[in-house]
Amino acid sequence: MDSEEEYMSPMSSGDEIMPDDSGDEVSGAEDFDEDDFDEPDPDFGLSAKDMDKKKVAAHTVSFKVYEPSDIRRQQEEMMSDVNMILDMSKEDAAILLRHFRWNKERLLEDYMDHPEKVLEAAGLSSNSASQPKLQAVPGFVCDICCEDEEGLQTFAMKCGHRYCVDCYRHYLTQKIQDEGESARIQCPSDGCGRILDARSLDLLVTPELTDRYHELLNRTYVEDKDTFKWCPAPDCPNAIECGVKKKDLDRIVPTVECLCGYRFCFGCPNPDHQPAPCDLVKRWLKKCADDSETANWISAHTKECPKCSSTIEKNGGCNHMTCRKCKYEFCWMCMGLWSEHGTSWYNCNRYEEKSGAEARDAQTKSRTSLERYLHYYNRYANHEQSAKLDKDIAQKTEKKMVQLQTTSGMSWIEVQYLNSASQALQTCRQTLKWTYAFAFYLAKNNLTSIFEDNQKDLEMAVENLSEMFEKPIQELADPKLKVDIMDKTSYCNKRRVILLEDTAENLAKGKTATRPFLVYDFPLTKTYRQMDV
Amino acid sequence: MSTKRISKEFAEVSQNPPEGFTITLPPSASLHTWHIVLTPPPSSPFHPGRFGIILTLPTDYPFKPPVVKFITRLYHPNVTNDSLGNVCLGILKPENWKPSTKIAAVLEALRNLMIEPQPDDPLEERIADEYRNDRPAWEAKARELVNRFALEEPVFPAS
Repeated sequence: MDSEEEYMSPMSSGDEIMPDDSGDEVSGAEDFDEDDFDEPDPDFGLSAKDMDKKKVAAHTVSFKVYEPSDIRRQQEEMMSDVNMILDMSKEDAAILLRHFRWNKERLLEDYMDHPEKVLEAAGLSSNSASQPKLQAVPGFVCDICCEDEEGLQTFAMKCGHRYCVDCYRHYLTQKIQDEGESARIQCPSDGCGRILDARSLDLLVTPELTDRYHELLNRTYVEDKDTFKWCPAPDCPNAIECGVKKKDLDRIVPTVECLCGYRFCFGCPNPDHQPAPCDLVKRWLKKCADDSETANWISAHTKECPKCSSTIEKNGGCNHMTCRKCKYEFCWMCMGLWSEHGTSWYNCNRYEEKSGAEARDAQTKSRTSLERYLHYYNRYANHEQSAKLDKDIAQKTEKKMVQLQTTSGMSWIEVQYLNSASQALQTCRQTLKWTYAFAFYLAKNNLTSIFEDNQKDLEMAVENLSEMFEKPIQELADPKLKVDIMDKTSYCNKRRVILLEDTAENLAKGKTATRPFLVYDFPLTKTYRQMDV
Repeated sequence: MSTKRISKEFAEVSQNPPEGFTITLPPSASLHTWHIVLTPPPSSPFHPGRFGIILTLPTDYPFKPPVVKFITRLYHPNVTNDSLGNVCLGILKPENWKPSTKIAAVLEALRNLMIEPQPDDPLEERIADEYRNDRPAWEAKARELVNRFALEEPVFPAS
């Protein structure tokens, strides 16, 4: 459902509606649009203008989306280039290109230097002009199946390792079907590293396997190139090219958006996680998945029985504890034996002891640190939950739009503002979610307070918009509310861009700044890590 | 289709076995299970033990590699130190196996593994560490296990 919708709907439709409206507010809204239009849906035509804008914006990267036909065409083009420059058949060019992992420049350079060596390495020595063919060799015994029938059809590559066609086919079927290999299948001979070329494969592969083989072969193009990635959305056949370098990932968050509408990070396997850099995301996700946080809660809220070490949570009552398990009686305050308390029942005067004070200190620190984590985690999880409801919201939007068209007599184009609002809500919540994970690792300085201000502004705007968006149909028909929603939508998008832009700039500067922007090992975090153990 | 190849390989290997190997077929079994007894050469710390090995050929053999298990316990970085006796052998890994690889080559690799363990590709991390860092201690334990488990004729399970 999302592909069509998201592809058709986003901000650009808002673009068309804006001029329909009258009043002063409209011009204001349009100004916003000028700033952030290319941002939420970068897939909308990558004109030169767009690309320029992307270079200027610190929080975006330039990328291209390719459909399967584009991927095939690119391969064809490269094959024709090599075919023309080196004057060889397209099949041979393809084998060479795959051998060089589609690095055409390196292929041409190496070929110019040592043509024989290159051809040899790719399995195409110069006398391979003759087409691969099946042969019956007198007195032949297949080394794989030990069949020695007269007239047995056999095949061998240039390496001369000859096997019967049945064995060759069985081998290839296993490689292609079971192991998903295509471009780098070796000769079946022990220790022979010669790669089966596509022409030989075409001759040997059974018709049922041909399609699968060519599909796999087509895929190797994207997998071989470091700047290419498949869109991870289910059933999406597109690939995305992005030139972001691995070493820059601590400063850039390379979010890309496929034509199908799926937004994901090019640097790691996660969905869009701006403004948080990949490494931080990894740490955060690990932290949230780890049981260490449970352990942390335990350490902040419970104590162990001094005798049998059962974990005990004090749920009210006095300090006189009796372990349910071993019946040991002790004082919750000082953890000492209760009988030693003498007459000071219900009031532990050993509380002020130095060792007791230290233990209390550690407990407090642990609790503060836990509360800090929970503060960020709850907000992160809250936005994540809202993001999960996105699909419902999108569906509701559609229904609302239909209802609105019938009740208020608005045209389809006139109700598109609801779709824009829904889109903005989804994107902004995704961003907000990650701002909380990000903030957990932030150092305490003035950059952080700017970040928190930005975060607060965006969050308020999003909550306002969310409230308006969920109003009943009758109210939505009110033209005043429509203008308000449109305004708020633009405002949310603008706030989001401001937040991302600011953060991206600080991240980019992060390496040179005297005061670090991000602190992965927080003093507090450290303390309670120690407590975990 | 593999029967012809397996019978040929068995004939070659059982008539002219590689040094240190005795190969038999279990009574009334298919050609797909081989009982092998390996006596490592004097240069091996496992000498003079006699090690029982079961070699199983999958139905897809020779397109899929054989499966090798020790039935005699031994203290070796590349053999699990339990009753399963799984072996880590590079030649048997699916990505290295080629249909033209022969069982004779597998046996060869097994004998080499008894002379020279491969601690960089271990199944037993702890034994590999010991082998690398405290060779005399490892050798003592290896010999101790030979004396305890490997001096008798190996007894293969009935099935």
